[in-house]
Amino acid sequence: MIAANLPALQVVLPLLGAVLCAFLQRGVWAWGIALVVSVAMPFVAAGLLIQVLDGGIISYAMGGWEPPIGIEYRIDVVNAFLLLLVSVIGAVIMPYAKRSVEKEIAPEHQPWFYAIYLLCLCGLLGIVITGDAFNVFVFMEVSSLATYALIAMGRDRRALLAAYQYLIMGTIGATFYVIGVGLLYSMTGTLNLADMANRLEGIENSRAVLAALAFLTVGISLKLALFPLHVWLPNAYTYAPSMATAFLAATATKVAVYLLLRYFFTVFGASIIFTRLPVAEIFLILSLAAMFGASIVAVFQDNVKRMLAYSSVAQIGYITLGIAIANKTGLTGGIVHLFNHALIKGALFMAIGAVFYQIGSVKLDDLAGLGKRMPITMGAFVMAGLSIIGVPGTVGFVSKWYLGLGAFEQGWWWLVFLLVASSLISVVYIGRIVEVVWFRPVSAAAKRAKEPPLSMLLPTLLLVAATVYFGFDTSLTAGIAERAAEWLLAGIR
Amino acid sequence: MRLDVIFRVTAKIIIPFALVFALYVQFHGDFGPGGGFQAGVVAAAMVIFYAIIFGLEAAQKVFPPRLVELMVPAGIAIFAGVGVISMLLGENYLNYSPFAANPALGQEYGIILVEIGVLVTVSGTMVAIFYSFVGRGR
Amino acid sequence: MDLLQTIVAHYNHWIIIFLMVSGLYIVVARGNMIKKLVGLGLFQTSVYLLYLSPGKILGGTPPILSPQFSVYSNPLPHVLILTAIVVGVATLALGLALVVRINEAFGTIEEDEIFAGEEDE
Repeated sequence: MIAANLPALQVVLPLLGAVLCAFLQRGVWAWGIALVVSVAMPFVAAGLLIQVLDGGIISYAMGGWEPPIGIEYRIDVVNAFLLLLVSVIGAVIMPYAKRSVEKEIAPEHQPWFYAIYLLCLCGLLGIVITGDAFNVFVFMEVSSLATYALIAMGRDRRALLAAYQYLIMGTIGATFYVIGVGLLYSMTGTLNLADMANRLEGIENSRAVLAALAFLTVGISLKLALFPLHVWLPNAYTYAPSMATAFLAATATKVAVYLLLRYFFTVFGASIIFTRLPVAEIFLILSLAAMFGASIVAVFQDNVKRMLAYSSVAQIGYITLGIAIANKTGLTGGIVHLFNHALIKGALFMAIGAVFYQIGSVKLDDLAGLGKRMPITMGAFVMAGLSIIGVPGTVGFVSKWYLGLGAFEQGWWWLVFLLVASSLISVVYIGRIVEVVWFRPVSAAAKRAKEPPLSMLLPTLLLVAATVYFGFDTSLTAGIAERAAEWLLAGIR
Repeated sequence: MRLDVIFRVTAKIIIPFALVFALYVQFHGDFGPGGGFQAGVVAAAMVIFYAIIFGLEAAQKVFPPRLVELMVPAGIAIFAGVGVISMLLGENYLNYSPFAANPALGQEYGIILVEIGVLVTVSGTMVAIFYSFVGRGR
Repeated sequence: MDLLQTIVAHYNHWIIIFLMVSGLYIVVARGNMIKKLVGLGLFQTSVYLLYLSPGKILGGTPPILSPQFSVYSNPLPHVLILTAIVVGVATLALGLALVVRINEAFGTIEEDEIFAGEEDE
């Protein structure tokens, strides 16, 4: 019974957890519930992935209403992989959250914080698992509203501004998405994504469908912080509570990328997107602009969280570059980087959160000499930093290798040079932190710092270890990503 | 405030009937226009109406903030719990058919239960939003 | 003349486009945070109409099965939009709550004044 209902459990467990958290007005209990739910999630996701790898697509009819009439939860290799990613990050982050949240959130708000976090998790998993276009919108808004609230819980008053800015831009993005879905619905008469793909055959050139594609692309790009639409991201990541930043940086944008992949390859089909329309060219230019522009901006930041946030914008550029390259190898690179970047950014933000826990600041100058006081945390930070750069032996290298290979296959040899060049810029900003942390005299703020508690240190180290492990053993990540890419390129048609 | 006799008398006449109307809308949700959301909004509107005329303290005596705060998750718990029960009865999540021997009747029971969950959450949320805005800056 | 007829026949779309663009314009052009939320509401409302207007068939009945009627309006857009309205209400409430908190923290809800104040620090 449980095996058959895994798709529903994946979304319902966090929801029930959130309800329980809201009932209990004690921070520790709420944390316990959130921990139990978050740790259960990877098992559910792994169960789904195994079922998919063995038996192909799972289709789950919500409420017993058969698709395409009812809401269908449809799981294939791509979203099973994403489900596993999001739930693993959630599970790793929960033990870390306890101390960090105790420090940063007022006690009376803690149960609500965990409830909102679980709602956010529920929304993100829901976007990935559902096969219904409007259901995606509902889950998107569940996760987005939860995200705005999480950001607004930051201690700095500018967190409120960041949350407000994100609310405005995020709502515009979501509304663009609904406009696109509405146009598609009026053209096809269905909301089921698989059914929609079939019914679009023959009318894909009509203006309403193209307008829908444009609205969907812009709306989702706002959510995934594609280069010119990224302005909400740096402030949001800088002022959100540490735990929220680590979780969101690792998952929220990745889920939006998944949604883009879903629409581009499954619903519209690669032939419309890449042969008839210049989508690949547009994404190529925007990705390169993100890789270079955001990286250069990151170099000049004095707040480490903001620096990492700009680095996130740049890294999203690598992922969308994989979409622009659009052959099997390139797309594999994009999907692998989706996974790898989640690990890397999770680790980096968790290390910085640990620093904030100890010295109460993330200004670059206050971090001076911290390497002597917190060698393990900062060592983990540097290891993850090497991954961002793409040093061989780390996950960052694996994804760039695939991207470069894909570019080569496409005949874009110049792109390989640009990949290397943009990696060199990330050497500069990571190098700046390394220089300050390890080679400067200890700052006043860092004088009394010591290693963070084990509950914060171990999850960080676990993610860093994963970035190294998956740098050597690529069979799991790249293997699944390759199957996912194959599946996407084959499309439904 | 005390002198607004017309308001106070009107309120006393309107509120009970409007609340009954909310219940009418609620229990017609399974086979006619209506449902938990609309009923919840009507009910919450009456609480807000009462608070505007008789003052926030009077309204909070009837609907304590703590109760309102519990109503929000309680409704979701009913909704999600109904789904869990259908899973325990061996059907897909939120499939109400096994709730009664006759599947059509089961569907009706399920819808009524779920709508009650919606009523509780929606009215709770609306009142909670009102309370938190009005209570601010006092 | 044909063109004019086409334009008039799609009057619902013109209303939708007008609301959509004016809502988006308010969001972009206004610095007052409440006005921005009003614009956002207008923008979302236009989408409700976008869904609802194609769902109505002139002369169609409510979708209640009966042998006397054969033309029904589509009920699904209404359900979808009910959900979208709930989402809109939630967004508006959260947005207003943030504006209240911003007003308490910064003493103003004009964006330019807030950013000017931030630069002084």
